[in-house]
Amino acid sequence: MNVKLLSLLEENARYSLEELALMLGSDEKTVACEIDELRNSGVIRGYRTLINWDKVDNAHVTAIIELKLTPQPDAGFEDLAEKIMGFDHVESVYLMSGGYDLCVIVTGQSFQGVAMFVAKRLAPIAGVVSTATHFVLRKYKDNGVEMQDTEHDDRESFSF
Amino acid sequence: MDYNKLLNRTVLDTKPSGIRKFFDIAEKMNNVISLGVGEPDFATPWHIRQAGIQSLEDKKTRYTANRGIAQLRNEISKYLLKRFDLDYNPDGDILITVGGSEGIDCAVRAIVNPGDEVIIPQPSFVCYEPIVRLAGGVPVFIETVAENEFRLTADQLKKAITEKTKLLILPYPCNPTGAIMTAEDLEAIAAVLRDTDILILSDEIYCELTYGENHVSIASIDGMKERTVLIGGFSKSYSMTGWRMGYACADVEIMKQMVKIHQFAIMSAPTTSQYAAVEAIKNGDEDVARMRNQYDARRRLMVNGFNKIGLTCFEPKGAFYAFPCIKSTGLSSDEFCEQLLKRYNVAVIPGSAFGECGDGYIRASYCYSVEHIEEALRRIELFINELKG
Repeated sequence: MNVKLLSLLEENARYSLEELALMLGSDEKTVACEIDELRNSGVIRGYRTLINWDKVDNAHVTAIIELKLTPQPDAGFEDLAEKIMGFDHVESVYLMSGGYDLCVIVTGQSFQGVAMFVAKRLAPIAGVVSTATHFVLRKYKDNGVEMQDTEHDDRESFSF
Repeated sequence: MDYNKLLNRTVLDTKPSGIRKFFDIAEKMNNVISLGVGEPDFATPWHIRQAGIQSLEDKKTRYTANRGIAQLRNEISKYLLKRFDLDYNPDGDILITVGGSEGIDCAVRAIVNPGDEVIIPQPSFVCYEPIVRLAGGVPVFIETVAENEFRLTADQLKKAITEKTKLLILPYPCNPTGAIMTAEDLEAIAAVLRDTDILILSDEIYCELTYGENHVSIASIDGMKERTVLIGGFSKSYSMTGWRMGYACADVEIMKQMVKIHQFAIMSAPTTSQYAAVEAIKNGDEDVARMRNQYDARRRLMVNGFNKIGLTCFEPKGAFYAFPCIKSTGLSSDEFCEQLLKRYNVAVIPGSAFGECGDGYIRASYCYSVEHIEEALRRIELFINELKG
């Protein structure tokens, strides 16, 4: 599998085929085929934009919710995870080691909206033993990208 | 006072760097997009910075042993063995220096007597010539050429050797050309030197930054280690330019003399930096690989960009510079760089700064983001099109 190609796309999904081919020392046709394959096999799940919502007037709230579950006979946590990830508000669902079972990341437009979603949608699901909701106050770094204003290059214009 | 009569003649005669005037022009301009730097754009990896901070918290604020802390010398010894099959004794053969440059200075001063000839392949790093002259040596230049991938050949070397030849400086992977020497190339050089008393100063500061094949040190070739001073450092590999951390390795007899110079001129390399360097060399392999991969991608982008614009560019296989030929424009390197800077706000370094034979070329660094490189190339293309009329 072409890990270098994946790293480049992870760094910037908007690189053109031409740029990717150049940087990989390959040609556009090959790269296009590889990307198709990676998409078809499900390695590439999509291309999104990283947005610093704190800079947008639109209210945007993120919460991390710790769920403790009772494992279901035969299905373990799978069925519950599937039920939970079906909600549009749910951004990510991870099975965790340690003190709780599922980590659910939820986004909404207000603290109250998210709190209500947890109370009305998540907590009542059969098998959910407890929830603990942690609101994100500020994102310093998200998806590997620093959310502060871009650092300027403090190198001199010339050096040997 | 007439300082021109009072001060040291050799220093007075040393020319200041030719890029000074570009500095002055660039300083007064806004929106300059530079490809002019010789240092990585990455910040030093955080775990390495933390090690430096930790050493301060632990009150490691004093001089170290002249040669540097034992832990760092041990790690360098292990690294050189593992990475380049070189066996240096950490207690006699290794000296921690203030950047690679101090190692070069110590080596040249320890080796060269007034009147000795020192062979310097060019285009190459700017410090060799002045350091040799300050030591009373006589530089003898060899012009490496693009047709030969800017490598030093055995024939060229043979022709340059005289009875007075004391030292060969071997600057590979090369700043500014990006040239490397393969094991085969080095073997040919070794064959010329094997039955002579000529020493080698091998500046391998870019040894971690080669693309495609691994760097080979001349010291690993039969009969060469005893005559070689190897220069290495942390600046380029680990993005640690400001820490000023380098090292020199050589036979214990050469090293004894180098240590004297270091001990009287420097005392010991910066303590904080030495502790950070231990962390870098022990746990920095992944960082090096990550940065190398990024440079490699940018390298291809830049070389292709220059070739497309019509500035023929030899494929650099090491360091982080492209060295395209600008002879097709009819301008000298100096004129090209000055006009490009004034008209399109793009800063590159004239090849002539790296030796007269570098005229007709420019050095462009790819230590910049892809967007930055693409914008610079776009402006250079506009400039070239304007020149064509």
